[in-house]
Amino acid sequence: MFSQLQNSFQKVFKDLRGQGKISEANIQEALREVRVALLDADVNIKVVRQFIAQVKEKALGQEVLQSLTPGQQFIKIVDAELTELMGQTHTKLHLSSTPPTVVMMCGLQGSGKTTTAGKLAASFKKQGRKVMLAGADIYRPAAVEQIRALAEQVGVDVYAPGTDISPVEICAQARKLAMGKQIDLLILDTAGRLHIDDALMEELVQIKASARPDEILFVADAMTGQEAVNVAQSFDERLDLSGVILTKMDSDARGGAALSIRALLGKPIKYIGGGEKMDALEPFHPDRVASRILGM
Amino acid sequence: PGKTTIDDEYLDELEEVFLSADVGVKTTMEIMDLVRENVGRSLKVPGDIQPFLRREIGRMISLPAKAETEPAKPHVILVIGVNGSGKTTTTGKLAHKFIGQGKKVVLAAADTFRAAAIEQLAMWAERTGAHIVKHQHGADPSAVAYDATKAALSRHADVLLIDTAGRLHTKSNLMDELSKIERVIGRDIPGAPHETWLVLDGTTGQNALNQARQFLQSVKITGFVLTKLDSTSKGGAIIGIIRELGVPVRYIGIGEGVEDLQEFDAESFVDAIFGVSPSAACEKEEKHV
Ligand SMILES: Nc1nc2c(ncn2[C@@H]2O[C@H](COP(=O)(O)OP(=O)(O)OP(=O)(O)O)[C@@H](O)[C@H]2O)c(=O)[nH]1
Ligand SMILES: Nc1nc2c(ncn2[C@@H]2O[C@H](COP(=O)(O)OP(=O)(O)OP(=O)(O)O)[C@@H](O)[C@H]2O)c(=O)[nH]1
Ligand SMILES: [K+]
Ligand SMILES: [Mg+2]
Ligand SMILES: [Mg+2]
Repeated sequence: MFSQLQNSFQKVFKDLRGQGKISEANIQEALREVRVALLDADVNIKVVRQFIAQVKEKALGQEVLQSLTPGQQFIKIVDAELTELMGQTHTKLHLSSTPPTVVMMCGLQGSGKTTTAGKLAASFKKQGRKVMLAGADIYRPAAVEQIRALAEQVGVDVYAPGTDISPVEICAQARKLAMGKQIDLLILDTAGRLHIDDALMEELVQIKASARPDEILFVADAMTGQEAVNVAQSFDERLDLSGVILTKMDSDARGGAALSIRALLGKPIKYIGGGEKMDALEPFHPDRVASRILGM
Repeated sequence: PGKTTIDDEYLDELEEVFLSADVGVKTTMEIMDLVRENVGRSLKVPGDIQPFLRREIGRMISLPAKAETEPAKPHVILVIGVNGSGKTTTTGKLAHKFIGQGKKVVLAAADTFRAAAIEQLAMWAERTGAHIVKHQHGADPSAVAYDATKAALSRHADVLLIDTAGRLHTKSNLMDELSKIERVIGRDIPGAPHETWLVLDGTTGQNALNQARQFLQSVKITGFVLTKLDSTSKGGAIIGIIRELGVPVRYIGIGEGVEDLQEFDAESFVDAIFGVSPSAACEKEEKHV
């Protein structure tokens, strides 16, 4: 899909070349195009506003004004700014020096937590580590069966004692079990919940207190719209997230939600999910998403 | 809020309300044009805006559901959508609703792919008292649909609800699989599926339009179900979708429980964009009765 955006920049800047000089008005027009592109990509409106202001400042500098190819030059600035916002390099999962490393998954309903827990397990198992999954979702019908099935599929240990024991207790027990079994990586799968559900958010706070996770990962659906960042912020306020995993990147979503979460929370996106199978997890590369957001 | 005149600043704020509700740039601009045309005429003070838009947008997005003649028996409803949008949960809630109306319901567990998808639907069957037709994990989903069709006929069921696996609209092999399910059902029950409902996650942004467009390429969608409207998302992308594709929203999902399904009401939907939750709006209506 070649960029409509790139074409419109070329057009915006072509006229000015005729005039011999690029004016602020031309840049204003180009910025309007960028604004639409970002909003169409689900970048949060607050982030869009800040972003446009930053790009404007840079674009009005010498580089673009004196360039023979102002269109390209402008895109370069936008692209660089986006990449900057997304974080520069891949941030790895923090592994504890005293095993087990405990990873806690959290997020909205259906975002992909359980599937991603399975994928992480598969990926670390492949690196030769001993992994255990813990099923702390006692609410969703057949959540226990789901995590057990994934554990079996991937070939790792699982602790999912059912729905009669509280999620806080499950996670505390799982930690103890993992220590005893010399597990390297323990992944806690929690139930999906809304950030405005106070009781369930409190449950996560208690899980954090009792299982003392090294990583708390917010799992977000790449197709999420404007609310993505408010949701992520609420989870972050309660739990102090260590990172984000973006799922369903195999869709044609532009991934503006990712940019917004990264920009407003400053927390790194650690992995992206690109499919339903257990091997569809990749380290996150900021630059690739930047051009995707612009539709290039 | 708090303003007494409709000035540029007010209009900017209004625009932001729509953009924040995932209405999208194109549809928001159309709505803003409509507002601007009427400022000074029917729109004199800010208080005029919400009733005006409730009416105008309400009219844009309330399409009549397909004229219900003598309902077919069994009435077959195919439930489709991308991963995690709420298909299985919606299927369970629908079963509960139809059974509450005294209907006999059969569920088809045609998601044979996702881990424990069959067990999940089986729990909904147990919860609601519906009969379920299921195969093994990994079985051919159209074979499940075929058996469920036979079972619905022989049991004289009123409704057959078919839960399908989540699939991204970008995957053509999975889209073909859906067309195949559609054909299999139609062989034994002429005219079936009578309804094909695309379940859209209300927290989704502009990608929802791509989903609706792509699914529509492969199957005949007769309605949408918009889920998770109990979240803080407003699901505004649906406005542009209804306008472009001319397909109505049938239900909204407002929670994870059996009762958390409501018929779509365009005017309360618009009110929710302005900050009145659908359930609150509904309570208000109930009190007025
Ligand atoms: N295409 C695609 N599907 C995914 C991806 N990650 C997860 N899924 C699918 O999304 C759906 C929901 O995934 P789950 O792992 O059950 O989501 P969850 O967050 O655990 O859901 P709840 O526990 O109900 O909140 C399933 O159909 C998964 O197969 C991905 O990266 N790409
Ligand atoms: N808050 C809320 N959660 C919902 C609603 N509908 C579904 N869910 C939750 O969303 C998650 C995914 O729902 P499912 O019904 O499994 O979605 P699905 O489309 O069948 O998922 P796949 O089959 O994996 O593609 C579950 O945790 C549900 O409980 C709703 O209206 N509101
Ligand atoms: K989702
Ligand atoms: Mg889960
Ligand atoms: Mg399902």
